[in-house]
Amino acid sequence: MAQAGMGSTQQYNYEIIRKFAFMALVWGVLGMGAGVYIASELAWPFLNFDIPQITFGRLRPVHTTLVIFGFGGSALFATSYYIVQRTCQTRLYSDWMANFTFWGWQSAIALGVVGYMMGYTQSREYAEFEWPVDLIILVTWVVYFTVYVQTLRRRSQPHIYVANWFFIAFLLVIALLHIFNNLAVPVGLFSIKSYSLFSGVQDAMTQWWYGHNAVGFFLTAAFLGMMYYFVPKQAGRPVYSYRLSIVHFWALSFLYMWVGAHHLHWTALPDWTSTLAATFSIMLLLPSWGGMINGIMTLSGAWDRLRTDPIMLFLITALSFYGMSTFEGPLMSLKSVNALSHYTDWTVGHVHSGALGWVAMVTFGSFYHMIPRLYDTRLYSTRLVYAHFWLATIGIVLYITSMWVAGIFQGLMLRSFDDYGNLAYTFVETVAFLHSPYMVRAIGGMFFLTGILVMCWNVYMTIRNARAEAAALEAKLAAKMARI
Amino acid sequence: MIKHESIETNAGLLIALTLIVVSIGGLVEIVPLFFINDTVEEVEGVRPYTPLELRGRDVYTREGCYLCHSQMIRPFRDEDLRYGHYSLAAESQYDHPFQWGSKRTGPDLARVGNKYSNEWHVAHLLNPRSVVPQSIMPNYPWLLETDLDYSDVQARMRALKATGVPYSETQEEYDANVERFGKAVADKLDILQAEDNLLAQALANDYDGQRSRITEMDALIAYLQVLGTMVDFSKYNEGYFVEFR
Repeated sequence: MAQAGMGSTQQYNYEIIRKFAFMALVWGVLGMGAGVYIASELAWPFLNFDIPQITFGRLRPVHTTLVIFGFGGSALFATSYYIVQRTCQTRLYSDWMANFTFWGWQSAIALGVVGYMMGYTQSREYAEFEWPVDLIILVTWVVYFTVYVQTLRRRSQPHIYVANWFFIAFLLVIALLHIFNNLAVPVGLFSIKSYSLFSGVQDAMTQWWYGHNAVGFFLTAAFLGMMYYFVPKQAGRPVYSYRLSIVHFWALSFLYMWVGAHHLHWTALPDWTSTLAATFSIMLLLPSWGGMINGIMTLSGAWDRLRTDPIMLFLITALSFYGMSTFEGPLMSLKSVNALSHYTDWTVGHVHSGALGWVAMVTFGSFYHMIPRLYDTRLYSTRLVYAHFWLATIGIVLYITSMWVAGIFQGLMLRSFDDYGNLAYTFVETVAFLHSPYMVRAIGGMFFLTGILVMCWNVYMTIRNARAEAAALEAKLAAKMARI
Repeated sequence: MIKHESIETNAGLLIALTLIVVSIGGLVEIVPLFFINDTVEEVEGVRPYTPLELRGRDVYTREGCYLCHSQMIRPFRDEDLRYGHYSLAAESQYDHPFQWGSKRTGPDLARVGNKYSNEWHVAHLLNPRSVVPQSIMPNYPWLLETDLDYSDVQARMRALKATGVPYSETQEEYDANVERFGKAVADKLDILQAEDNLLAQALANDYDGQRSRITEMDALIAYLQVLGTMVDFSKYNEGYFVEFR
């Protein structure tokens, strides 16, 4: 056993995966903690404490950046390096380059969020990094792409496994988005401040082309890559349909890139663009559900696993939330629905059913599968995985239901008129109404945060036990050697 | 027919085809926006920000105001009653970056200019609950305590000029601005006079009520007070702007 473990650590570069997985959890706790804090600021504004660095406006990008790029990004680096090595049965192309991506990515996140708190931001949602950090990310991404593709080229069998297709699409699209959305003119060589190259309507379109495809390829395609490896692995069965995965991949890649403008319905963006985006958003339902069905049906014939395997529970629940939010998305992209939902908390709830329900849940499931294998051991506690699962699920349900209530009711209040044709409510009356949903949302977030803290404890104990086991084995071996 | 196998056994081909497939959507939707003239309406009055307004806008973006306040009024009856005429693309043509926003935790600000007095804005930014009891907006007391740093305002205007905003540096550019915006506005867009203009505007209006200092509060209120005020809608027919949609 120990010999096999030693062998596998030499065959594959697991060290880099351990580092990224560790940082994913660190950023996850900090990012979700920031999320709970800003949610609480909306419910209880005194929490802003008149401290510039922690006011809602500066802390909100800290939250989104930490969870999307810190937690999600590090989890993707970890799992993509794991998957590409396992499916190609070869070691990563270059250890130092992989290490470079680690330090590049982590420093970008750290510099970025400290910068936001100090007031350095491009003020483009999910692309708030100022230009020096954008350059770090660009270099890191080029190295990441190189490591990934060169590793693929060293694969020991002819076929590239489907999970890797999704990671390739993710790598390419994020490069494309990052470059074009961050075109900006710095105020000076030694100034952190820059101004976006585009303005007004073109800037809005570029930003939401970026924004929605960051969802599409960072938070969807890449995590689908994760799903296509870990679901079949954990289930011990092949992917449900090979043909469906081909259709799923190409349709998703093609259609996603058209839908960003549904974030700009009824704005000064020309109608033709937003109509096109709405149309493609509806079509996008098909590949999204194709992928969900492909994942869930992989368990076909082994449904009883859901009763005994909490990791499977995480993965299948993640896919269910993926299905739900990819149904809700096209619904909200209809202009008539969007007229009510846009600018309200319904959007926030929708994002979180995707981010918590799909992205975080599939990551948790994959990590519970992967981390023991990285340390050649077993999970410390299955019961704690169950505890995490229920904390997370309850948290998500509280979150999204409170946001439905908040968003739909605010939307209805804002558009209601009295008998004389005057507005029935002032804006601030709707804000007062939001207080209760905001409290419930903050509590939901606390549940979810507690869940990931339970996970951290479980992972910590798993690694500690693995180290103790390895040390014991080594001592035994040394004793044996001494006798000889 | 080509078998999919030929793609999934060839990394280069897979990369090339993926790149083609993902590029089409963006090309079709974004590129025409730069070339179709009707995208941005022809309208009088919209001008680049003065140096003081520009620095105020920088404060606005720094504090992340866009995360709770949109600047985009949609063509609905309730929004028309609440905020005013729906926003035109032309009105944000000098906004680098755009500040349309995506969430209204607070009301839209696209036409907040001239709706409230400067004194109201100072009181509201210092402590929103002093004027709107149910507000959940943070207090921004440091805006009144921090002197405005305008040492690099020329560099900022030059950067914006590089993106296409018609700030002027040469006589030729200045003359073009006089023709386009009139002399009074053209003077304010002159980069070489930026600091004088900034000081003059702050002193003349005394937005923050402290005559002795120019604070970030001055700049931010100068920006808020100009939002949505540039176009005189009484000059245009009801149907005029619809043609551009």
